[in-house]
Amino acid sequence: MDMRDVYTETLMELADKDDRIVLLEADLMNATGTRPFKAAYPDRFFDVGVSEADMVGVAAGLSAAGKIPFAASFGCFASRRVYDQFFLSANYAQLNVNLVGTDPGITALFNGGTHMTFEDAGIMRNIPQLRVLEPSDEVSLRKLLPQIAHWPRSVYLRLHRKGGWSFYSEDETFEIGKGKLIREGSDITLASFGMVMLQETLKAADLLEKKGIHADVIDVLTLKPLDRELVLASARKTGLIVSCENHNIYNGLGSAVAEVLAEDGVPARLRRIGCQDKFGEVGKIDYLMETFGLTAAHIVDTAEALIGMKKTA
Amino acid sequence: MFDTDLSHKALEIRKKTLEIIGKLGVGHIGGSLSVVELLTVLYYKRMKIDPLNPGMEGRDWFVLSKGHAGPALYCVLADLGFFPEEWLLTLNTGGTNLPSHCDRVRTPGIDMSTGSLGQGLSATVGITLAQRIDGHDNWVYVCIGDGESQEGQNWEAAMTAAHYKTDRLIAFTDFNKMQIDGLTEDVMGIEKIEDKWASFNWHVQRIDGHNMVAIDDAIEIAQGVSGRPHMIILDTIKGKGAAFAEGNPGNHNMVFDIKTAREAIDALDAKSGEAI
Ligand SMILES: Cc1ncc(C[n+]2csc(CCOP(=O)(O)OP(=O)(O)O)c2C)c(N)n1
Ligand SMILES: [Mg+2]
Repeated sequence: MDMRDVYTETLMELADKDDRIVLLEADLMNATGTRPFKAAYPDRFFDVGVSEADMVGVAAGLSAAGKIPFAASFGCFASRRVYDQFFLSANYAQLNVNLVGTDPGITALFNGGTHMTFEDAGIMRNIPQLRVLEPSDEVSLRKLLPQIAHWPRSVYLRLHRKGGWSFYSEDETFEIGKGKLIREGSDITLASFGMVMLQETLKAADLLEKKGIHADVIDVLTLKPLDRELVLASARKTGLIVSCENHNIYNGLGSAVAEVLAEDGVPARLRRIGCQDKFGEVGKIDYLMETFGLTAAHIVDTAEALIGMKKTA
Repeated sequence: MFDTDLSHKALEIRKKTLEIIGKLGVGHIGGSLSVVELLTVLYYKRMKIDPLNPGMEGRDWFVLSKGHAGPALYCVLADLGFFPEEWLLTLNTGGTNLPSHCDRVRTPGIDMSTGSLGQGLSATVGITLAQRIDGHDNWVYVCIGDGESQEGQNWEAAMTAAHYKTDRLIAFTDFNKMQIDGLTEDVMGIEKIEDKWASFNWHVQRIDGHNMVAIDDAIEIAQGVSGRPHMIILDTIKGKGAAFAEGNPGNHNMVFDIKTAREAIDALDAKSGEAI
């Protein structure tokens, strides 16, 4: 199932039980796939047209008056275009606005550089106390959405939109702020954020295994607050860590990992897979994965280079 | 004369736009086809430009604020010789100079990078002010969408433009009555759009945006009115000229193949009596 359909379906289940749930769109209802919600709850659905800043402000007002809004747009607009409104009207005002940025990073595909958001999670990480998440599969999305709704403060949800993946089993439990150690090794830690990267990271772990290198694989799920203990425990064990993100290496997962490693004094070497401070561009997924250095092969090369450095050190 | 020549040009541009998007298989066909007549009048009749010197001092400027209509503009720029025709076949493929949204860095002849709706008009005001400082008597044109008009920044720019009496700025609204989620008046009504611009102290006209004589006349009239920026509302049809797109609620960003494009092109030829 497309991740967007999991989003809509889960919110409809929530809305059925909780009449405070309301949805907002800014002329991308057809992209987010929330039309069924509109049909089922016409009084709790607002399409404000192409006016994202207004959408976030309206969402803040809805929250101030007791509703639980989810407001969505492409991630580029749901972050850059609305940053001040989200910062102030939603977060500074300590309200519960759930802002959903779709089409993370390279998944913007043909929409190209204007839409290819490699910075949304990073700028969101700078809002005090905000929770920043990117569920990595259908199960984690379905299980985290109710917690996001009922978390008393705002959340930025980075949502993979088209395409789905059921990685976790249905009885897996999730918690905002907690990552998952999904594969255990001893030689190196691969930490991943989001669906696109988790798929590549797992492929990379398989390739490394064939070369006799055993990797810990962590799915962080929540970028902020980072699951510090999970990351540090693995880094202490392996001494080597590769962060893997469909995002700029600045202020995303790589930065967050570097911060906790340095603060804790863990002697682990870090390399960051991600967009290397470039603007996005148009293309098919394979082209973009290659261009921005996000493939399993890039992860393997980086991991091997780190291991080589450890041996010669 | 002007009318037959330009009609021929508009037909060529419309066909080319269908072809390059059809070849790729997906694209913003609706909003590209609705601006074809506007682009034709501007680029083949009105604008002072030099394809060999896109950055020429004192040239006229055009900002396509609804940057997703880039494909139609690329067909015009290629035809005028700003870049080789072959580039058109790279539309939206990896490494292209012709991305889905207009990009001033990659594409010769593109005056401003756009694609995040609502930003183009402010940039156009800035360009117009710079031309005034530099003493140029050129014209600065911009096109926004009707859905795009919902972005508040347009109305901030509307005040700035009027306050600074940017009468060298001529804006167009491609009022094709549709955005992505539905009819503009259903999603977030913007009528009476002429009254809105007029109340912001703009000189406003409203015309049939597929009638090139009317577009040209409106530009002539605008150029004769001083002291106020100009808004020309173009009543248009989203997907104009392609039966598979016109009136189709999903015509914003469509998936269609080259065969569908060719059928539409043949139909256009048949209609214009030019089929071989
Ligand atoms: C700030 C921003 N929000 C959303 C989008 C996504 N988007 C692209 S086109 C479009 C609809 C625009 O409608 P309109 O201006 O009427 O364009 P047209 O009908 O001419 O294609 C939307 C919402 C965007 N490009 N920029
Ligand atoms: Mg429109």
